[in-house]
Amino acid sequence: MKARVHVTLKNGVLDPQGKAIGHSLNRLGFAEVGDVRQGKFIELELAETDQAKAKARLEDMCRKLLANTVIENYSIELVG
Amino acid sequence: MKAAVLVFPGSNREGDVAQAIELVTGRRPQMIWHGDGDFEKTDLIVVPGGFSYGDYLRCGAMAAQSPVMAEVKKRAAQGVPVLGICNGFQIVTEAGLLPGTLMRNEKLKFICGDVHLKVETSQSLFTNRYQAGQVIKVPVAHAEGNYFADEDTLKKLEDRGQIAFRYCSADGTVDAGGNPNGSIRNIAGVFNETKTVMGLMPHPENAVEPMFGGCDGKALFEGLVEALS
Repeated sequence: MKARVHVTLKNGVLDPQGKAIGHSLNRLGFAEVGDVRQGKFIELELAETDQAKAKARLEDMCRKLLANTVIENYSIELVG
Repeated sequence: MKAAVLVFPGSNREGDVAQAIELVTGRRPQMIWHGDGDFEKTDLIVVPGGFSYGDYLRCGAMAAQSPVMAEVKKRAAQGVPVLGICNGFQIVTEAGLLPGTLMRNEKLKFICGDVHLKVETSQSLFTNRYQAGQVIKVPVAHAEGNYFADEDTLKKLEDRGQIAFRYCSADGTVDAGGNPNGSIRNIAGVFNETKTVMGLMPHPENAVEPMFGGCDGKALFEGLVEALS
């Protein structure tokens, strides 16, 4: 089973990288771009067939390593 | 005082801090490789600066999960003092030994140079040789030193006197002008609740010899020797 984890900064946490990306896009003529937030996308191959079990394990992975819950949120997606 | 300095793949200030400790103790600290889950008992554990595990995922995130850090967490819980400097500060926060986290510098630049710090308290193992309110000059070298914690955590830190150092101007003014990286409330270093763990972004170990621009960091190590010998 494949899993996709998105890690994003919590609302209210300053994201200078997102801001810099937004400014660059504006400079390139993409005037419609407002707030930009940058995050991480992690794809994992799992040796697990049970969806619920996989999800619980992924939650644990996110809390222990993949995300820093002081500043980041995470979301988990199971694919096939 | 017997000290241990941890070494991770990508550490680069372990030699500097070992030298600073040797300067004040006359004794070379033990160097402990990250894979060693067991090492001799020491009076102090230092987590040095560098780019452990190439700063992959987040600065300090991988190192915080290494076998040596599992042992450090155990010993810290027993009261063994732990000092985290720069990447070491990032590692100990990721390991949950200190509150908050270190984010990318507000202006996205790697900053390298001297900064001024205001000593917030002299009531700790690490700061007993300084006066509260004293301004010291030490170098910084980091891209992710922007300290962040939520409002509840900040309030607790302030109420319990857990802030060790704040960035300031040369005259001691704590404001945006003296803040090199955007750290919330100019925080440069914090303690845990028992003040036996301290982390800071600046490098006191690189301010121990007059030849290298000042000695203001030396008192930190001398204070530790006094408290732990």
